[in-house]
Amino acid sequence: MLLISCPWCGPRDEDEFLNGGEAHLDRPEPPEAISDEDWAAYLFFHHNPRGMLAERWAHSYGCRRWFHALRDTVTHRIHATYKLDEPRPELPE
Amino acid sequence: MSERYSAFALARHALTGNRDWPQAWRSPEPKAAYDVIVIGGGGHGLATAYYLAKNHGISNVAVIEKGWIGGGNSGRNTTIVRSDYYYPASAAFFDRSVTLYEGLSRALNFNIMFSQRGTLTVAHSRGEVDFQRRLVNAMALNGIDMRTVSREECFRLCPILNCTPDARYPILGGMVQDRAGTARHDAVVWGYARAADRLGVDIIQNCAVTGIRRDPVTGAVTGVETEKGLITAPKVGIAVAGHSTVLADMAGFRLPLRSLALQAFVSEPMKPVIDMVVSSALLGVYVSQSDKGGLVIGGNADAYASYAQRGNLPSMEATLSGLIEMIPSFARVRLLRQWAGIVDYAHDSSPVLGLSPVPGLFLNCGWGGGGFKAIPAGGETTAHTIATGQPHPLIEAFSLGRFRELAMVDEATAAGIEH
Ligand SMILES: Cc1cc2nc3c(=O)[nH]c(=O)nc-3n(C[C@H](O)[C@H](O)[C@H](O)COP(=O)(O)OP(=O)(O)OC[C@H]3O[C@@H](n4cnc5c(N)ncnc54)[C@H](O)[C@@H]3O)c2cc1C
Ligand SMILES: [Zn+2]
Repeated sequence: MLLISCPWCGPRDEDEFLNGGEAHLDRPEPPEAISDEDWAAYLFFHHNPRGMLAERWAHSYGCRRWFHALRDTVTHRIHATYKLDEPRPELPE
Repeated sequence: MSERYSAFALARHALTGNRDWPQAWRSPEPKAAYDVIVIGGGGHGLATAYYLAKNHGISNVAVIEKGWIGGGNSGRNTTIVRSDYYYPASAAFFDRSVTLYEGLSRALNFNIMFSQRGTLTVAHSRGEVDFQRRLVNAMALNGIDMRTVSREECFRLCPILNCTPDARYPILGGMVQDRAGTARHDAVVWGYARAADRLGVDIIQNCAVTGIRRDPVTGAVTGVETEKGLITAPKVGIAVAGHSTVLADMAGFRLPLRSLALQAFVSEPMKPVIDMVVSSALLGVYVSQSDKGGLVIGGNADAYASYAQRGNLPSMEATLSGLIEMIPSFARVRLLRQWAGIVDYAHDSSPVLGLSPVPGLFLNCGWGGGGFKAIPAGGETTAHTIATGQPHPLIEAFSLGRFRELAMVDEATAAGIEH
């Protein structure tokens, strides 16, 4: 069971959260100028690393706000959580 | 060279105390070069190698496996084989696979214990009953042997189902595929391995691929770096399930896949209580009983990216509470084992098969939680694609290019549950 630290509510049980996939994906603009290739890249061709992943989470059964987390997909350890407008934190190697 | 298995061989070896059975396949050191390298010694990799040798006469082939063959999802699944898919492309592909399964024990000279016990998928609301009727009609048009069954028929087929009228999720009907069933997963892996080995394929275990070599000018694949050194080949197939994007990263391109942990559970052995595969999409659970008597239980994948071959508690709780809603008497059954495999899902829950952006590099991935049933047809079509350089007609709809064209084969809606 993961203990996820919501930036607003503090550590809560994983049951309260919804995972939203890879973080820091910016919708390409303007839509009419984007090639099919680039739309597909934005929509489907995401990063799926064996290791550190920046991802979105929603505290659906708490404050209902979205935030970001850096989580290792092998150990499941969450190294940091941060607000949407904060930059991805640097982690020591 | 392993010997042919037969009743006669059994009797002969019994006389000598079964001490002198030959190895079922060799454990060779890798050669420096092959005509084809297949990465991943699961069912799909081994079946691909077998059909390359059997159907296309290409036997200078190596299957390179990082652990032991069948140690991935092919040895971790709940062994359900069915073809109740909605879209014509899926129906044609998966039904071909069921047909190949029907003749597989004989073709491989290995008993894969294919038991066509049938699958029953129950429906819990008027809406779901109507939806199933629509599915069954569409599947029937695709030539799949589906039928709807009434509420009473559901309880006749599986008397331990929750038939109380005031059930939280009452069972109102269902759909059945009679040709569907289960097979012994390890036997499918071992059967293909042994048959491929007999045709000259080298199976290299305990040898992870660590890099993919490409020609600096043409970009075409030239070989793979492994824990046992560089091995070259002009054609390379990737069949590594949950690790597909890791291999694609090595080759320098992306795949539209997400790796998730999918769990399964086996109970203590019991006397026979359930002789079909029974599932509920709404409750997110399915169950069958193995020949040893254990209940084999599965459900939905864990809800976030994972490469850890263990499952989490919330999914376990969801699956098992679904199970006892569907079959309340199982509440007192104890679990013996629980595990997870890493499965790779595309956005439309259909596989990604055929050509990759790298010349000479071929894809067999995106099986998610449903690729065991696909092993024979996956191997057959991947071998064809590697041998001829052209996608087999049965897999054209499952190309990587469909994501750019938005030509999805969205089976998530039709299949509903990962098995
Ligand atoms: C719990 C569970 C239940 C399931 N139930 C069903 C079911 O009922 N019916 C059904 O049809 N499907 C089911 N599936 C799905 C099915 O198991 C898979 O789709 C199928 O086994 C995939 O076969 P494969 O050969 O592609 O992959 P795998 O069997 O996983 O083989 C891939 C191999 O690649 C190897 N590998 C990875 N990286 C490397 C590398 N760098 N170098 C060399 N080798 C590497 C791995 O070690 C592994 O052995 C289930 C899966 C799970 C996890
Ligand atoms: Zn919160």
